[in-house]
Order: sequence, then structure tokens, then C-alpha cells
Amino acid sequence: MHALSIRQLTKTYGNGVQALRGIDLDVEQGDFFALLGPNGAGKTTAIGIITSLVNKSGGTVSVFGHDIDRDISAAKSCIGIVPQEINFNQFESVETILINQAGFYGIPRAVARERTERYLWQLQLWEKRRAVARSLSGGMKRRLMIARALVHEPRLLILDEPSAGVDIEIRRTMWEFLRETNERGVTIILTTHYLEEAENLCRNVAIIDKGRIIENDQMSNVLRKLQTETFVLNLREPLLGTLTLAGFGVTRVDDRTVEVEVSSGRSVNDIFIRLAAQGVDVISMRNKVNRLEELFMRLVSHADAPVAGGRS
Amino acid sequence: MSGSEVVASRARTEWIGFRTMVLREFSRIARIWGQTLVPPGVTATLYFIIFGSLIGARIGKMGGYDYMQYIAPGLIMMSVITNSYGNVVASFFGARFGKHIEEILVSPLPNWLVVIGYMAGGIVRGLLVGVVVTVVALFFTHLHVNNVLLIVAAVLLTSIVFSLGGFINAIFAKNFDHISWFPTFILTPLTYLGGVFYSIELLPPWARAVSHANPILYMVNSFRYGFLGVSDVDIRLSFAIMIGFAVALFGVAVWLMEKGVGIRE
Repeated sequence: MHALSIRQLTKTYGNGVQALRGIDLDVEQGDFFALLGPNGAGKTTAIGIITSLVNKSGGTVSVFGHDIDRDISAAKSCIGIVPQEINFNQFESVETILINQAGFYGIPRAVARERTERYLWQLQLWEKRRAVARSLSGGMKRRLMIARALVHEPRLLILDEPSAGVDIEIRRTMWEFLRETNERGVTIILTTHYLEEAENLCRNVAIIDKGRIIENDQMSNVLRKLQTETFVLNLREPLLGTLTLAGFGVTRVDDRTVEVEVSSGRSVNDIFIRLAAQGVDVISMRNKVNRLEELFMRLVSHADAPVAGGRS
Repeated sequence: MSGSEVVASRARTEWIGFRTMVLREFSRIARIWGQTLVPPGVTATLYFIIFGSLIGARIGKMGGYDYMQYIAPGLIMMSVITNSYGNVVASFFGARFGKHIEEILVSPLPNWLVVIGYMAGGIVRGLLVGVVVTVVALFFTHLHVNNVLLIVAAVLLTSIVFSLGGFINAIFAKNFDHISWFPTFILTPLTYLGGVFYSIELLPPWARAVSHANPILYMVNSFRYGFLGVSDVDIRLSFAIMIGFAVALFGVAVWLMEKGVGIRE
């Protein structure tokens, strides 16, 4: 049984916009799954349908075997959602928001209080438990939404851009917390614009564009599909003449910086051997862009020609 | 889990969910008591001073009672109507506007229970305000009680009807103007013309006939009958109309929720 199974899901809005054009998607239990795509691709619509905030036009969705058309309550009980936009009552206190949310899922008040305390500690919000929600910072509000999504202890946690507008320190703390949550057995689906986040956290990935899934595979397989990677090399001494590296594409950025394009399968060691032979000393090296980002950009710019070999 | 265990578990979830919704509404009413409980008391005091003491003294008897005694049930009912309606329309539209309605929409609570939860919030506020206005009334006049059960049944049914009305208004409202339009242009005139301040026996025949099309007339008169034992309309018809409205509005509210009108794209 999959944590989430979607078949031929379509959504056409009242204004005629086709947000989803028949997507199929399976997410295994215990997976950490990335759902990526540019703005307007259909990610939030898909999540809205799964969580019953958006009415679907066609297709089926089941969560841990519960079809949302036949047993919506059981399906909803399995899901915790962290939406893109702030959607709690800004005039309620932090602990009230969590205790009430637990109540909506049938969690008795005493248990809700205990869980509220636990998640507020874990997400570093305990000191703010009596604060009115609107007084929280942006990062705190995001963490509050994560705590709220977990307070009924769902089996499937869906995060729609949870780290948008969050500083890097909090983002990394959030990643650590999500990793631990996933290790406890909670299936996680993440949408994000920080592709580094998806690459670091997720084992499987689907890329959606213009309402269609254009890639769906293990993260490692997807990254392997990159035909070339570009590295930026910082040199100790300024380059005097022309730099040539047979078999590699070289672009001179400035006197001390070059970009080297490496084809899939080629050894990076070759670059250093050839550079050393020319007396060029490299002091640092980095990827020009995040690898997933590079692939993502290529895929969505060729969305009309789907990449072959995707997971069925 | 066996079938009966599933049902029991679901019933427990729904009961806790319902209780949470009511407690949340009660907390909201209590948190903003200066907006929810005080103004009806002040307004009722002014009505009793102006219509009861100052003008009422010159009017004499109505329906066999002092004018102050005659209008007291109507004024209590008017507050119940306004506040039941106002509570649900403000709370539900506020939840839609602030998007925190999604907290409930993603939960396993069924739509009919969401409607009942918000309705219960309206009843809580309607009854609390009813008690406040009754206490104010007791400072000005003696309240004769004819039948407690009829009083309770009338006030509960009226509160249910207008809580559901507020819910439906909030579903269709697209901005804050839309939640004040119906109370200002429909509800208030109907309430004032619904026999709160007078017996329709005083009206010319055509106006009396028109008044019979006003549902609030039946609510006010059934409530007044519970206190004073006098009514301009048949009490059985009054209760039939209130029950009919309550059932119809509940059906419409649940249907709108199922369709996702105003809450789901």
C-alpha cells in the first residue's frame, strides 16, 4: 500500500485554466518525496486536492488506501499539511492553535496539551506558547504551522514550501527536524523552490510542469541524468595566456576564475592533471549551480518533450 | 478494527471536534466581550428607558400588559436574533478571510458537523446576550412567565434559524460589506416590523396581512406567548415555521459546504 496514490488527476478551474492534466503519482510509505515545479505548475493544486481544499475535476486519490471520494475522513486523518500561506488565527495564542487543531482530529485535550508541549519544545517555540500568533516572526510562524500539522501525529506530512522566507539557520534546523520526523516513519512530501533542500532531504522526486509530471524517479537517478556539470575553479595566480583542457569546455570568467564543463562519466581528476601540467594551481572549486537546479531548468525548458526513463 | 469500533472511534472524534469548535467560539465571545456582550446590554437599556419608561408610560396597556412588559420579550428576542446571526457571520467569514477555516476543512470533521459547530457558537452568543438583556429588563419591569418550556424552545429555535442564516451569508460574502448588507437592509427592518414594539392588531388590515409574511413575527410572538400568554399568531403555526426554517437552512448550509461554495476552489 502506498502512502499516496494518484491516478489521472485533473483539475480545470472555473476560469478555464487547466492546472492538472492527468497526473499519476505514487509515494511509498516512509519516503521523503520532493514535488518540484515552477510557479503555476500545479503543485499547490495537487496538494489542495489531496487535502480536500480544492475540488478535483477527475481522477482518483487515495491516502494509505483510503479513497478521498469514498472515505474522506479516514484519508484526512492520515494527513498533516503545512500550507504555503499563513492560515492560522492570528489572534489566538500559539498553544491554543495547537490544542484546537488536535481537537479537530478528535485528540482528547489532555493528550493534546502533552503533544503541544512536546512539539513546541522540539520546534523551539515553547517560550512563545502564550504569545498571540500575529506577534511571531516569519520563521516562528512557519515552525508553528509545522507543529500544528504534526500535533495529531499524521502518517503523511505534506509541506508546501515550508522554508520560504526563512533564514538559513532556521532552515537548517527545520531540515534536521524533518529528517528526524521522517526517520520516525512519517512519510513526507515536500515542495520547495530551494532545490538544494530537495537534493539534501529527499530520496525520490517528481517534477511537474504545466499540469503534467515530466520526471518521476529516485533523486540519485534524476541527478545521474545530468549530461554535463559546470564547475567554477578559483586560481592562485592570474592566467596569462589561453587555457586549454582537451575534452572539457572551458570559459574564462576573469583572470583568476574559469568555468569548466564536465560531461557525464568523465573524471574530474583529468582536469587537475592537465592543469598541473600547465602550471595552473587551483585553490578552490564549486558547482556553478545546484545540480538539481541545473537539471530542473533543462527539464522545464523542454517540458513539451518529456524525459524518457521515468519511474512508472 | 471492527465496524462498531470504527463507528465508535468516529463518533468520539466528532464529539471532541464539536466540543473544540464550541469552546473556541466561546473563547472568542469571551475574549471580545466588549464587542459581544456589552453593546446589547447598553442598547437594551436605552430601549427600556426611551420606549419603556418615557414613551411607554403614555401608551398605556398593550395585550393586557404594561407597554414595558409587552416589549420586554420582543427586545430580548431582537438581541438573540441579531447576535446569533452576527456571531456566525463574523466568525465564519473571519475564518474564511483569514484562511484559518482551512484548519477545520483539512480535519476529518464532516461538513454537517462544521455547520452545527458554528451554529452552536451562534446559539451560545445568542443565549448569553439573551440573559444579559433579560437581566437588564428585570431592572425596569417584572417579567411574567407563562410557560418556561415554550420560552426555551422559542429562543433556541430562533437562535438556530438565525445562526444558520448567518452561516449562509458568510459562505456567500466576498468582503466585509457583504456581511453587513443583509443585517442592515433585511434583518433589522424585518425585526422592527416583526411585532417587537407593537401588536399587529394595531395595524390596518393590509399591513397586518403583509406582517404575516414576516417570519420574525412568529418568533417574537411565540417567545412573548411563553412569557405573557398573549400572541398575535397561532403558536403551533409559529413553531412549525421555525422548525421548517431551521431544517431548510441547515440543509442548504450543509449542501453549500458539500459543494464547497465559497470555501473550496
